[in-house]
Amino acid sequence: MRIGLIVNPNSGLGGAVGLKGTDGPDTVAEALRRGATPQAGLRTRTALELLSRRVPKATLFSAPGRLGADWAMGLPLDLRLSRQRSLTGAGYDTQQAVLDLPPVDVIVFAGGDGTARDVMSVIPEGAAILGIPCGVKMHSGVFAVTPSATGSMMADLLSNQDRIEWQNEAEIMDIDEAGLRAGVIAPRLYGLARTPVSRTLMQAAKGGPRMNSASALAAAAAGVVRDMTAETLYVIGPGTSAGAVMTATGHRPTTLGVDALLNGEMVAQDTDALGLNRLAQDRPVGIVLGVTGQQGFLLGRGNQQIDANIIRRAGRGGLIILATEEKLAALAQPCLFVDTGDLELDAELGGFIRVRTGEAREMMMRVTSC
Amino acid sequence: MTRIPEFHAAKWNEPVVMEMGRPGARGQLFPAPEDEVTKAVGTDLIPHAMVRKDRAELPEITEFEAQRHYLHLSQMTLGMMGISLFGTCTMKYNSKTAEYATLRPEVAELHPYQHPDTLQGVLEIIHDFDCMLRSLSGMDQFIFQAGGGADAAYTMTAVARAYWQDRGMLGQRTEMVTSAQSHPCNPATAAAAGFKVVNLPLEENGYPSLEALKAAVSDKTALIMLNNPDDMGIYNPEIKEWVKVAKEAGALCFYDHANFNGVMGKLSARELGFDACMFMLHKTFGAPKAGGGPAVGAYGCTDELAPYLPCPLIVQDGARYVLDEDRPKSCGKVREFWGNVPQVVKAYAWARSMGAEGIQLASDISVVANNYMDKKLAEIPGLEISNPSIDLWRMEMTRWSLGPLTEATGVTTVDFANRMADYGIDPYWMSHEPWIVAEPFTPEAGELWSKEDIDTWIGVIAQIAEEARTNPELVKTAPHNQAIAQVKGDVFEDPAKWAMTWRAHVRKSGLQDKANGAA
Amino acid sequence: MTEEMRAHPWMANAAPGALQAMLDEIGADSARELFEQIPEDHFRTTPLNFPPALSSEIELKRDLLSKLKKNEDCEANLSFLGAGVWQHHVPAIVDEIVGRTEFATNVWGSYQSDHGRNQAWFEFSSQLGALLNLDVVQLPVYSWGCANGHAVRMAQRITGRNKVLVSQLSDPERLSVLRTYCQPTAMESHIEVVMVDVHSTNGRMDLDDLKSKLGDGVAAVYFENPAYLGTIESEAAEIARLARAAGAETIVGIDPVSLGVITAPGDYGADIVTGPVQPLGVHMQCGGGVGGFIASRDEAKYVLEYNGFLVSIAETLKEGEMGFGLACPHQNSYGSREDGKDWTGNSTYLWAIAGAVYMSLLGPEGFRELGTLIVSRARYAAKLLSEVPGIKIVWPDTTFKEFVVNFDDTGRTVADVNDALRARGIFGGKDISDEENGLGQSALYCVTEVHTAADIRALVHTLKEVLK
Repeated sequence: MRIGLIVNPNSGLGGAVGLKGTDGPDTVAEALRRGATPQAGLRTRTALELLSRRVPKATLFSAPGRLGADWAMGLPLDLRLSRQRSLTGAGYDTQQAVLDLPPVDVIVFAGGDGTARDVMSVIPEGAAILGIPCGVKMHSGVFAVTPSATGSMMADLLSNQDRIEWQNEAEIMDIDEAGLRAGVIAPRLYGLARTPVSRTLMQAAKGGPRMNSASALAAAAAGVVRDMTAETLYVIGPGTSAGAVMTATGHRPTTLGVDALLNGEMVAQDTDALGLNRLAQDRPVGIVLGVTGQQGFLLGRGNQQIDANIIRRAGRGGLIILATEEKLAALAQPCLFVDTGDLELDAELGGFIRVRTGEAREMMMRVTSC
Repeated sequence: MTRIPEFHAAKWNEPVVMEMGRPGARGQLFPAPEDEVTKAVGTDLIPHAMVRKDRAELPEITEFEAQRHYLHLSQMTLGMMGISLFGTCTMKYNSKTAEYATLRPEVAELHPYQHPDTLQGVLEIIHDFDCMLRSLSGMDQFIFQAGGGADAAYTMTAVARAYWQDRGMLGQRTEMVTSAQSHPCNPATAAAAGFKVVNLPLEENGYPSLEALKAAVSDKTALIMLNNPDDMGIYNPEIKEWVKVAKEAGALCFYDHANFNGVMGKLSARELGFDACMFMLHKTFGAPKAGGGPAVGAYGCTDELAPYLPCPLIVQDGARYVLDEDRPKSCGKVREFWGNVPQVVKAYAWARSMGAEGIQLASDISVVANNYMDKKLAEIPGLEISNPSIDLWRMEMTRWSLGPLTEATGVTTVDFANRMADYGIDPYWMSHEPWIVAEPFTPEAGELWSKEDIDTWIGVIAQIAEEARTNPELVKTAPHNQAIAQVKGDVFEDPAKWAMTWRAHVRKSGLQDKANGAA
Repeated sequence: MTEEMRAHPWMANAAPGALQAMLDEIGADSARELFEQIPEDHFRTTPLNFPPALSSEIELKRDLLSKLKKNEDCEANLSFLGAGVWQHHVPAIVDEIVGRTEFATNVWGSYQSDHGRNQAWFEFSSQLGALLNLDVVQLPVYSWGCANGHAVRMAQRITGRNKVLVSQLSDPERLSVLRTYCQPTAMESHIEVVMVDVHSTNGRMDLDDLKSKLGDGVAAVYFENPAYLGTIESEAAEIARLARAAGAETIVGIDPVSLGVITAPGDYGADIVTGPVQPLGVHMQCGGGVGGFIASRDEAKYVLEYNGFLVSIAETLKEGEMGFGLACPHQNSYGSREDGKDWTGNSTYLWAIAGAVYMSLLGPEGFRELGTLIVSRARYAAKLLSEVPGIKIVWPDTTFKEFVVNFDDTGRTVADVNDALRARGIFGGKDISDEENGLGQSALYCVTEVHTAADIRALVHTLKEVLK
């Protein structure tokens, strides 16, 4: 098992000084001007301290200076460094550092959603990523809970892989920061990544490890497909949850866009509002939706292709929502948000609604407008 | 200063029994058939196609070797002979007086198809205990056929099916509504019985909202299944309204009394409006769990539901007790015969010994002890109570989180549990699924343990929390003082490696090849 | 101090002052104050109506014994009852081990602290696997009938089909449980239970009828060996072959004490095997001794459908050391709530320990001797009974330990005969006259290793007297 380590030293600068993130050199400068102290390096150090205590002399492939080596100084670790480059202060630095690494199995990065996107954009096929949580925004599914948890997982990766299992479809999410600073939360799915997760070893005889989210989702999707009626247009929203319904019908979902099904056939792929309305004609409409992690957005973020008109056509009863119980439990607030651009419609959608969380299994969730 | 136990488990390095013995050794002999028998019937008695030709690959050991081997295994089993504050399971003393009574032939050598006239003693005990449970719950009839709490929940779903079928509405009443925090057996048995499960999420105040329930129940709802208080130690104060809302929709209401210890003698399921309830005799009523049964889920219901109960019912007929099998509307059996009779006798013994006042006092003690424990646990850095914003005394157990400690040290609740075993303390219960607080654990003091026991237990928790900070690897690689080291988890989900029998192990580990090679 | 105020021996904090000490520490005035979450109008208004407490051991013991002694048991009487619970010899070592408080404890236990218990569980599965010639054995579920219910549901999930074929002469008790597990027919997801005819000459399954009922919709064929009425199914391999050809699973229910002399089901094509654990060293306990095992071949398609605890051997962190843990725990209901495979919970795991000790005591020769002894004495009993005027043995030469005794020609009902026997200290066989089996006034007799030739002669002698 070969582990790479890349630090985005500017990550997380914005949070403490009220900026919503630290994407781009201008924001970094603004954050430093406001007196922010860099957190990423210190958090990386926390992870590495734990790693070096559990696996002394562990080998890591990393970059020189603030992008890696600085934070391991004095720790009993075997660092193999790539070449020195001059830094731009932009995401380009992260990307270049990833490209400079020799082949590794897992790239551990210190940063937030922006850094995750940068790593993802250049990562070699088959490599996994694991985040040391340092950013202001961390909605992607690749972060360990804490820096020490990351260190602990690195130690397990090197010394005790029994405690690790692999998830191949972790969502890389990000939110547009300019919008966020203006008070609009617009999370978007940028892709899927392979990531290690800690396997909870058996607890007491009475219990087992956590339930398998992927199979629960697949079972829920199969239930949706079983309940589908002929001549109804099913709009399939973005994300892995809604996409599971496409998979269950034997189609490949456009995870980042909107598809449509009619009588079991895919009739539109990565389509838009116009396309959906044209397909709907006078048919009944069902809309299959996932929920965005943490914020709990149902409509109006990352799926604006599904416009107010088509939502009205489906009605509240036509919304088919899928999410794992884990995801629902991890929401910042225990409710689902809608922002269709039509206040009246938002109000109509309010109240408790059923979310499918497995086969013959549902969770009631409160829907509210932003 | 609390005394921290110094402990090391017995370590016998005991072979698997399949590796023991020598050809021809015997642990048990049977007489040959008498001459008159063999003369009359001969020896060629099994149809030839079905005669076993191979010799079963069982160990060949002496009687003493079997005794010693299994005594060694019992010695390598902690089995609560330290301190176990295993939440949701309510640890009790299991009376040996009752245990020994059930070993007598008057219980051990009874057959359930004996004529009821020959079973009057055991029928009387079951009936008398039924009456005590009726008093505790307000229900009209109990049965003991269910082999555990989950099986009693299953009994409820079977009774609900028969109830709706009797009304011709089983095709319409297809849903069971429950809290996301209910015990897994409720949704699981409902799903296995063919119902769709609708979960209600918890709100900030620790229980689901009445509004969510109202949105969930409809003319499709067959039943609701709830426990109260929950495993957080939170009591849903709106439960009466819940029952009202569910009944207005026509649904049956089932009270899972898994967490009865804190409210026994204080609440009556019937007075709160429920149609049926369940008690776990191996938990609240002092019968052993024996590491997973035999157990009893006592299921009780109102007269309205009684026609649908599994048969037989034990009823009093004048001065006699009889078995009522003639119940045309019965939902059918959930298990053969009438239940784990010795466990019912033990539960009866517990209830008789405790008496009404003892039961009241036990619920007081269990709630006071839990809140005492909460106060002490709050003093340990790195621990956090669930629902910290709720500033009310908890019921008989409280869910806690090691989240902050894990964040600081990387030591998880599983690691922590492993390490507890090193102090002769039974690892705690963490949480049922889903885990809604990070790195959970759920202690429950009950009425058995002394304040000194609780202090010792908390002392060990504090000690391990300290170890997590100073030497996390010690905790992560625990146990160290147990019969064996930490078990590696890689085989358990790998079809090429898992081995549920010695045969499979020999085949997969290459032991067979080695043996053949040596031969 | 009044009598009621004495500290109960099972409650440490009932000692004077203990409760108050904790209340003082947390700053509460009274225990009642701690129940503040419960609204006042939720507290019960009717007082508990309990008989007087028996807090002293001496009173409690007297009460238990005075009641229990009203029972007549199968040790003081001569019993020929079987049909789901059978009187077998229980070695003393078994009683000693299952009585150990570490095993008969109040705790569930854990894999960290209860290694010995976990090993005993693995040894149960290992030894039973050696008798069955199968690689996977789950810890027992509630009963044999429940094991059948789970096994049929496993087959349904594996095949995606919704029908199970069972013998027309099934045990009504187990069949009732199976029907419960298969759900009422009004439910969309129910499994249809279809009866297959048996040959009236030997009690075996009618293969022509079986063939005509096998088809695309059949998830499983279930038969027992020996069957409910004691008959040995000699065409087991052919049934399994027919089922496989039709894409159905073969589920066989077996009596483990027969396996010293009868072919292991793993050797004639069984896919899933179920059976009772009570014969393996568990007292009848008025039916409280039942438990049911489920076993199968070691293929993922079966393993991933088990509902309960599968104990696997595994390495530990220490080189060369082995321990035990649960395989595939995520698929049970503790791991997956309603998405789990059926459900699990407290079961009958103490009987797995009884079974482990029992099987280790018997060994291969013990099982062979036991099987030989049982079948010999049972046939002897059948033979002697058949010589009693008016009594017929329905299938005289094809049974293991149970057999059907018909009383039609005596002009007496089984109930009547059994009443007369009971008055003479004998519990006659189970009355199966109203079980819709076409066998008239019949009883199912069970003879095991506990019945000597003298016991059998006593039965015959008494019956002659009763039928005079």
